[in-house]
Amino acid sequence: MKYLTLAAGVLGASAAWAETPELTVYTYDSFVTEWGPGPAIEEGFEAECGCDLKFVGMGDGAALLARLKLEGARSDADIVLGLDTSLVAAAKETELFAPSGLQADYDLPITWEDDVFVPYDWGYFAFVHGTDLSAPTDFKALAESDLKIVIQDPRSSTPGLGLLMWVKTAYGDEAPEVWAGLADNVVTVTKGWSEAYGLFLEGEADMVLSYTTSPAYHLIAEEDDSKTAALFDEGHYMQIEVAGKLAGSDQPELADQFLQYLVSNAAQSVLPTTNWMYPAVTPEGGLPEGFDGMIQPGKALLVPNAEVPALREEALNEWLTALSR
Amino acid sequence: MADRAVALSSKTGLFAAALVAGLILAALVAVFMAADVGAGLGAADWAAVRFTVTQAVWSAVLSVLLAVPVARALARRRFWGRGLLITLLGAPFILPVIVAVLGLLTVFGRSGVLNQFGAALGLPPVSIYGLHGVVLAHVFFNLPLATRLLLQGWQSIPSERFRLAGQLQMTPRALFLALEWPMLRQVLPGVAALIFVICLTSFAVALTLGGGPRATTIELVIYQAFRFDFDLGRAALLSVVQLVLAGAAAVAALWLIPPISLGGGLDRPLRRWDALGGGQRALDITVISVAALFLLLPLGAVVLRGLVGLGQLPPSVWQATLNSILVAGFSVMVLAALALPMAGWIATRRRGGVEAIGLMGLAASPLMIGTGWFIMINPVLDPARLSLPVTALVNALMALPFVLRILVPRLRETLQDYGPLTQTLGMNGWALWRLLVLPRLRPQLGFAAGLTGALSVGDLGVIALFADQDRATLPLQMYRLMGAYRMEAAAGAAVLLLVLALALFFICDKWGRWHADA
Repeated sequence: MKYLTLAAGVLGASAAWAETPELTVYTYDSFVTEWGPGPAIEEGFEAECGCDLKFVGMGDGAALLARLKLEGARSDADIVLGLDTSLVAAAKETELFAPSGLQADYDLPITWEDDVFVPYDWGYFAFVHGTDLSAPTDFKALAESDLKIVIQDPRSSTPGLGLLMWVKTAYGDEAPEVWAGLADNVVTVTKGWSEAYGLFLEGEADMVLSYTTSPAYHLIAEEDDSKTAALFDEGHYMQIEVAGKLAGSDQPELADQFLQYLVSNAAQSVLPTTNWMYPAVTPEGGLPEGFDGMIQPGKALLVPNAEVPALREEALNEWLTALSR
Repeated sequence: MADRAVALSSKTGLFAAALVAGLILAALVAVFMAADVGAGLGAADWAAVRFTVTQAVWSAVLSVLLAVPVARALARRRFWGRGLLITLLGAPFILPVIVAVLGLLTVFGRSGVLNQFGAALGLPPVSIYGLHGVVLAHVFFNLPLATRLLLQGWQSIPSERFRLAGQLQMTPRALFLALEWPMLRQVLPGVAALIFVICLTSFAVALTLGGGPRATTIELVIYQAFRFDFDLGRAALLSVVQLVLAGAAAVAALWLIPPISLGGGLDRPLRRWDALGGGQRALDITVISVAALFLLLPLGAVVLRGLVGLGQLPPSVWQATLNSILVAGFSVMVLAALALPMAGWIATRRRGGVEAIGLMGLAASPLMIGTGWFIMINPVLDPARLSLPVTALVNALMALPFVLRILVPRLRETLQDYGPLTQTLGMNGWALWRLLVLPRLRPQLGFAAGLTGALSVGDLGVIALFADQDRATLPLQMYRLMGAYRMEAAAGAAVLLLVLALALFFICDKWGRWHADA
């Protein structure tokens, strides 16, 4: 009898456990690490949803989308979190996503009109440099200077692609000449952000392509105020990170609830000092101390999501031609 | 000489070889099946192929040529710390690419030691970026490996030969022609082919040090096709190009290897009676010092940078370390099961061309293998659950060519020297392995196991595609730290990785050389 009771207890327990709904969120690596926003958001959301939130981290935004395409409609994911504006068009083309129907009071420099994806944080690309350097104020001045920069390859990294779009939106048909001028400033091109930033910290270049908020990390986490970002007169290209609900989700209500939580005060106040980006909705307490010292671009540049793929092709060819010479 | 001088069964070897080829080809077929219409390769793709081959040829030739004097000097000299130096020779090879590159830059970079020294003398700065930088980095990675493999060659020359050479008072030149050159002719082509294939799939090193999109390799185009364009057909096609190039190089090189027997000996401890003169001694000291400096300066920079970061390691790094050790252990076991029968089969054949099968695992893009298996596994199981076994298996496949290169020459020689005797005694099958082959191969087995374990610990490979949070390995965790601005902690993780890999290598290698004075 004792064993039967035990067995019943075990079965009952596992049945009760199975009843807790599970929400699976695919995201990029750095989101789920213990120093990323994942743990705090998981704790906060689980406290209010009565569910089990499961983050699955893999590579970066591009890797996420590739993985989703591999899995197709059979994917276990309910939410994909971490695509950026350059990937939105390609993501919509898969027809794997469902409209979120979510309305929020976004504090973005542009109006957000997409009904499928929910923006949760954003940033401006910028060249980060040491404070002892008098930085150029636009790409042409940079091209004429002797300054050395390290950038990411647009074929393997999203910041690299962002720079491509930046020059293209700022200069249009003049972009090839700008790149030709920049060619002798580019020390090298790296596979991803980490390599480029590592090279910069090693002293291989005067400036590195990163974000306007990068100096905030050094300032807040390391109490190091020796880094700043160069303010460019052409304006700065934006990166907006978004989340979306999958059409094949078996937990559509929970997924909606999660997206709602993502733009809530609780989640938004976690993002600045874990993801080192601006929150999409400024939390009640405002931005953390240190963020106010970051440069404020006068103009926000962004290619409409749907136009990215065609423009990318053109800009990539121009870039390859200019830098392969 | 008969084709098969010994009764070593080739059935299991054939089976293992077929399994290896099958695992890789299945992945390739899976990717092709999932692909839409495949467009052919464009002009830019062929430019990438050309650059890839150019840098790989330069890297292989230079690594091997420079390794000859280093291995020769190390073979001729006994000095305090020699064992440690030889173990450290394995280090560049197992470091994650970006760590090794940052180490190299502290010496050769824009604000590196060399340029600072040059500036003090009023010399203009030298840029590392370009084809020469790519080749320099590849030599840094592969010179130590080539040295180790050549050193194995030197150790296979019976000590009695050296004794005789000493008695005859042969000049270094005469000794080189009589003993060392025949051995080198047998070993060099295989080592060169191996390094050529390693450099063929290089991507981050070539891009970072190549200085721009001129330095585009095939692997970068595959990466782009998989991730940004999701053009599986193109990725698979380029993977085939890689396999064909590697296969051609391997077959050409291994076909060249002449079946020379260096002759049997009594396995007496090696003592050298030659090259005792001052000039020869000075030459060896110079060669060893220069090589050690070239390898240890960047490594020292890596360690120095990492020591600060060791205190900042987050707890997840320890779980990742455990995962890495598990993967390494499993890789070594899988590899033993594959490599021994394959080596046995290859060694009984007169020509070594079939060893090319072993090179497939290294030549195929890990991204392609990973994606192919992902496509196959996904309908049946959650791929993340298999991430550690799959990683171990892929690591074993990647280490297979190194291990074959380590085992085959010694095995072939053993079978040539002892074949007739074992036939007379009617010895075959398991008894042959147990009584003759395994004991004679022990140093090679130890070296091979150590190399596989170390490689496996340091590899990023497919884990990035399969892994989720709980199953990350140490190199992946290190990259994650870097991606979150935590460069110091990442450098600490790199040192941990280095220590772990070297310890694994040291333990296995030590086991192999137990009671041996080699």
